[in-house]
Amino acid sequence: MEILMAFVIGILFTCATYLMLSKSILRIIIGTGLLSHGAHLLLLTMGGLKKGAVPLLTEEAASYVDPLPQALILTAIVISFGVTAFLLVLAYRAYQELGTDDMERLKGNDVNE
Amino acid sequence: MNNLILMPVIWPLLTGIILIFLVKQVRLQKIISMLSSLIAIGISVTVVYQVSQSGSGMLTLAVGSWQAPFGIIIVADMLASLLVLTTTVIGSAVLFYSFNAIGKEREQFYYYPVLQFLLVGVNGAFLTGDIFNLFVFFEVMLMASYVLLVLGGTKKQLRESLKYVIVNVLASAFFVITVAYLYSIVGTLNMAQVGERVAEVNQPGILSVIAISFLVVFGTKGAIFPLYFWLPGAYNAPPIPVMALLGALLTKVGIYSIFRTYTLIFYHDQSFTHTILGVLGLLTIIVGITGALAYWDVKKIIIYNVVIAVGVISFGISLMNVPALTGSIFYLIHDMLIKAALFLLIGIMIKVSGTSDLRKMGGLIQLYPAIAWTFFIAAISLAGIPPFSGFAGKLLILRGAVEAEAYFGLAIILLSSLMVLYSVFRIFMYGFWGKSNPSLSKVNVTKLFIPAVILVVLSVLYGLGTEEIYPYISQAVEILLSPEIYINAVLKE
Repeated sequence: MEILMAFVIGILFTCATYLMLSKSILRIIIGTGLLSHGAHLLLLTMGGLKKGAVPLLTEEAASYVDPLPQALILTAIVISFGVTAFLLVLAYRAYQELGTDDMERLKGNDVNE
Repeated sequence: MNNLILMPVIWPLLTGIILIFLVKQVRLQKIISMLSSLIAIGISVTVVYQVSQSGSGMLTLAVGSWQAPFGIIIVADMLASLLVLTTTVIGSAVLFYSFNAIGKEREQFYYYPVLQFLLVGVNGAFLTGDIFNLFVFFEVMLMASYVLLVLGGTKKQLRESLKYVIVNVLASAFFVITVAYLYSIVGTLNMAQVGERVAEVNQPGILSVIAISFLVVFGTKGAIFPLYFWLPGAYNAPPIPVMALLGALLTKVGIYSIFRTYTLIFYHDQSFTHTILGVLGLLTIIVGITGALAYWDVKKIIIYNVVIAVGVISFGISLMNVPALTGSIFYLIHDMLIKAALFLLIGIMIKVSGTSDLRKMGGLIQLYPAIAWTFFIAAISLAGIPPFSGFAGKLLILRGAVEAEAYFGLAIILLSSLMVLYSVFRIFMYGFWGKSNPSLSKVNVTKLFIPAVILVVLSVLYGLGTEEIYPYISQAVEILLSPEIYINAVLKE
């Protein structure tokens, strides 16, 4: 199961890298979304995917899945949610002000400023 | 009273929260943040004092009374508490500078609260003893820096903060990935326990891979070659006080994290990991010098000097012997102070001359002699001329290099000092000497000048008082070189 997950996460990282290297800002932001998906799935996978009950004590099972990675992922999800929301609004503002979504045309030109 | 070591994090956090409610009352915001920053200095001085008095050389606090590997541990050793003190002092100086430099349109839109949150993130990152908690404090710090960078919304700021945010999102995802790998191998997130377990298995190859991944993550935050590419553009965009904060604090948090991970956890395969760190450090110095000499823009010159200092400190860490580590810590604190001072001083230069291009400045010494000589002192401190603050750190790093027989690195560091001196003296000679522009008239910049002078005076005292400060730094080095002390203090209490 871990090997399958490793392949899937690898594909996610590949797509994220490809998208982040493209010109359009929106494609880059989609890339960051895929990247954080990959990172979170990796946290879950590396915590171990052995079978066990959900981490609720009322389940009274013999073994539970590791609760720590789940808490880490939850933290990482809200952080990347906040950052992504900020990044989207930033991209929107930049589009309004600069009139382009092409990263190539966002070059610095300090002489005119 | 053990809760005291959490106060450098809690205090700015509370201040920031209160300031959110007073966002339209600029005067009240200024008064509150001024008082709060003075108290924060008092708190951090107390922390340094208590740590120096403690028997084991460090204070720990188990948050929520959950004992060591299971809860989050706040660890204040001498290195962390000295850096917290430096951060608080620089934060206060930049705050006072901002009162007269930042402008009403930014002050009314959460500038002061966000500044406090930046200090929360930086202090938290210095004090934490848990890797994932370090990630969270990094994000606190970065989120605040994103907002400070873009606040005001000029075209240049929008353009540069897009790049800055994307690079840091990438680096943060890489941090999460690295933590995932580390967790799957050692099964813990507490730095002391990670250190203990890595020592037990004597760092096999996979852990060296993780060590290099951490170097990539922290190197991106701390601008090490070849990961420094985002820094010159990003730091050039915001207003001067923000630039001073970012330049003095943010990269240094990356450096501190390298200090921690490479002395506490990954020190078993030094011929691999530390050699890479040292070589990258030297290359960082070279690109920094190239940039510092290439530009006529005063901001760019100081920004590339930030890169040079990062390289010097990384090289010092990579040597891993007593003089080199002592020197690195000396140099780290000196560099935080002097970089903040230099950014504030060039801010004044840009304000009075109306340009940041050296070729259009000139003759400022006739109108502003005090500023000129303060800049002169700051410049020779930066280069490391003996009585001043940059000297002791570099001297000790050089001694460490002789001990480790790294003569090539020694030559590069010596040469870099010369080039640093040349790059800042170019600012002095072209900006302050020469013919002055006749259209310039005297502007009153006393209020901007005071915080900059305070920082320069502090750094001069730091240079003159090396003898008094040395015991504190050697206490920090003792823990860095024998990680058992750290591990025992955290896990066995």
